[in-house]
Amino acid sequence: MYKWIHQFGSPKYFYNISLVLSKWIAFVCIACFIAGLYGGLVLAPADYQQGDSYRIIYIHVPASWMSLFVYLVLATSGAITLIWRIKIADFVARASAPIGASFTFLALTTGAIWGKPMWGTYWVWDARLTSELILLFLYLGYIALQSSFNDKRIAARAGAILALIGVINIPIIHYSVEWWSTLHQGPTISKLDTPSIHYSMLIPLLLMLAAYKTFYIYVALMGVRNEIIESEYNTAWVKKLLDN
Amino acid sequence: MMLNDFFYMGGYGIYVWSAYAITAIVLIFNLILIKKKEKKILYNLRKLKKIKDNNEA
Repeated sequence: MYKWIHQFGSPKYFYNISLVLSKWIAFVCIACFIAGLYGGLVLAPADYQQGDSYRIIYIHVPASWMSLFVYLVLATSGAITLIWRIKIADFVARASAPIGASFTFLALTTGAIWGKPMWGTYWVWDARLTSELILLFLYLGYIALQSSFNDKRIAARAGAILALIGVINIPIIHYSVEWWSTLHQGPTISKLDTPSIHYSMLIPLLLMLAAYKTFYIYVALMGVRNEIIESEYNTAWVKKLLDN
Repeated sequence: MMLNDFFYMGGYGIYVWSAYAITAIVLIFNLILIKKKEKKILYNLRKLKKIKDNNEA
């Protein structure tokens, strides 16, 4: 087990295995997007209350879900960076921040567009929306902080500390719809034993979640590979790679 | 018309399709940026390596 972790922390090993993995991940991602979009936009019936406007759920919920997930990856990588000083962990955090910020931005904008016809307003300062906006600022703060240090080791540690402090916001976002009275509706699929959504709507949503997650993994792996060849350009294996 | 109904989205077409359009733009933008960065890094490193190899020769 330890040997496996050690191997995975080796940049060369990570680079080669991620190249192979990426092809499969891209395939799964495209398949899930096609199936999820077809199921969500064509096959699923209209909602009895919200009509066809509810179809924004298929891009809104995956984006919101991934905005939290990517932040947890960011914070976990931060902890690994601080404790074990594994370079790859910092690369993962660096590669994740822009795509995490994008998911957060999409969660906010698609939510606002959905809010207009359903709530009558694009924006309200309630707990769920405000805490998600703070998440966007945390991502942007992380990116700004990382790029403001020339020394990558200091940047990695500063970013890690910021990511770990910001993690307090994640349970606040998740439970905000239960803790405070809000316009935002409660969770749709987190109670899997009794989902409050019909299967014809649930299956496309799960497919879109898979599509978003594989999209994130694909983009993040490519970002990690970029960081690896940049930091390892003096090693023999990168030199060999550049000759191709 | 089936296709018209599809784009009309029960009167919510403008909301639904603008949300999907923004999502597509942001996701594709992420892909393009990261591919561009990869190309730039490889180009710069190859140039650097050429200079180094020439100096050694």
